[in-house]
Amino acid sequence: MSEIRTAHLDLPATTADLRKLAIGAVVYLTGRVFTARERVYQHAIEEGAGMPAGKDALGAVNFHCSPAAAVKPDGTYAVSAVTATASFRFAKWLGDWFRISGCNIIIGKGGMTSELYRTHFVPNAAIYLTTVGYGTGALLGRGIRRVAEVYWLKELGIAQAVWVLDVEKFGPFIVESDLDGNSLFERENAKIAAGLDRLYEGTRPATMRRFGETDDKTQEVI
Amino acid sequence: MIPLASLQRTAEELMAKAAIEIPDDYLAGLRRAADAEKGELSAFVIRAMLENYEAAKHDRRAMCGDTGVPRWYVKFGNEARVEGGPVALEAALRRATANATRNVPLRPNRVHPLWRTDHDNNCGIGAPEIEYAFHPDADWIDLITVHKGGLFGTDYRMLFPADGLDGIKRFYLDTLIQFGKRGLACQPAIVGIGLGGSKDICSVLGKQAACLRVVGDRNPDPRIAAIEEEFIELGNAIGMGAMGFVGSSMVIDCHIEVGYCHTGGMPMSVHMFCLSSRRACARIFADGTAEFRTDPMWFTDYMRRSTVEWRAPAAAAAE
Repeated sequence: MSEIRTAHLDLPATTADLRKLAIGAVVYLTGRVFTARERVYQHAIEEGAGMPAGKDALGAVNFHCSPAAAVKPDGTYAVSAVTATASFRFAKWLGDWFRISGCNIIIGKGGMTSELYRTHFVPNAAIYLTTVGYGTGALLGRGIRRVAEVYWLKELGIAQAVWVLDVEKFGPFIVESDLDGNSLFERENAKIAAGLDRLYEGTRPATMRRFGETDDKTQEVI
Repeated sequence: MIPLASLQRTAEELMAKAAIEIPDDYLAGLRRAADAEKGELSAFVIRAMLENYEAAKHDRRAMCGDTGVPRWYVKFGNEARVEGGPVALEAALRRATANATRNVPLRPNRVHPLWRTDHDNNCGIGAPEIEYAFHPDADWIDLITVHKGGLFGTDYRMLFPADGLDGIKRFYLDTLIQFGKRGLACQPAIVGIGLGGSKDICSVLGKQAACLRVVGDRNPDPRIAAIEEEFIELGNAIGMGAMGFVGSSMVIDCHIEVGYCHTGGMPMSVHMFCLSSRRACARIFADGTAEFRTDPMWFTDYMRRSTVEWRAPAAAAAE
């Protein structure tokens, strides 16, 4: 019998809605989300373009992804599947990003560190949702009702453009960080770390070491 | 003479199959992992993935939004001849890649490393990669496409004979754990290990071991096969499951390929072929007919030969 709780959220979500979500809960979304990854951050922040549209047009949910999509000859869009890309690479833009986007949900792969949650997410009353398995692209594709708009398609290309998606029962996602900045991944890492010393028994570090190397298995690569 | 049109038609179908249909051998392996999984979150993730494969097949949509970086493996029968020759074949594979990117659709993942130029068709300088192999006494061509993810779950290290099997084990665990945390490697995975060769060949062997052998296949050297089996168990004993959650579903299978290396070294590469283990294959005969299958049958006695001259094994010669 599963203990995992499931929640359905209408977008935009209020802080009260987000307050109810505990790490490890499963969430489905209905409403508007938009994609933005490295090139959008660079363009909006470093190149000074700002957001491509207002919050009414984009929504307040930033999905770190790009769809498997094509522009059809009649100018409409075919979207087959969407899957997140790893979020830790976008850490350096977070402060500016929250300021100009007003997002309160970020969806991606693998989460970020609890340190980043406390610095950037908590002050903005934002949470992080992780996609599941990182391969449920077809299920997520099914949840897309329509492509409302695509911004910066010409400037950034299909894989990096801003895709504004109207979604229904879009998911599943798992709550990775809550409004207090706790991280599900870090909780799980800590549990697994307890057994690692025994696992490594009998092995020894490689004869030739590498710069920057550590044998502390509790460390992460992100 | 194999007609070019049938090669391109088959290649386009392979592109779609790879993106949409999870191979049966991986699916069966994942179901076994799901049955054994005690970690609640990890089990939930695998159930969602099983549902996702069904949705992809039913809707004919890509199983994962990151459709990987398409590449080709071509095996030429020694007597095979292609209309237009190898240059025409390469053009057909590039056309099939571009057409499928638009028609499936796939995500146009391929960009210039510096200028980030994207042709929106997964083609560019060096893309898609095309690797070749050969087979004696045959007039067919095998086409295999693999759309492996491109960012995480791969590492290389120069080990030395003094490191021994324990050193191999440690680097294997290091790679699985560092990329398994938060599920960056999108496990449970088919893990491929390359041992030996030069640095480039070591990486190629490991990648091919992950992507071109089916779940359940064992290396013909019984001592290597025993290490493969030990490593499946070891990987699943880390305590980590899908997405890096507590669990036991890390390794669906482990394949090791070896190549002769420098007498002083023991280079090793590790590759993880993810929850969307995208591969599809077909054999195209001289009359242009195609036979689709899921087993790439890439590593043969001929591919693994260690003698100067090729002598078919007695059993094969008797057939």
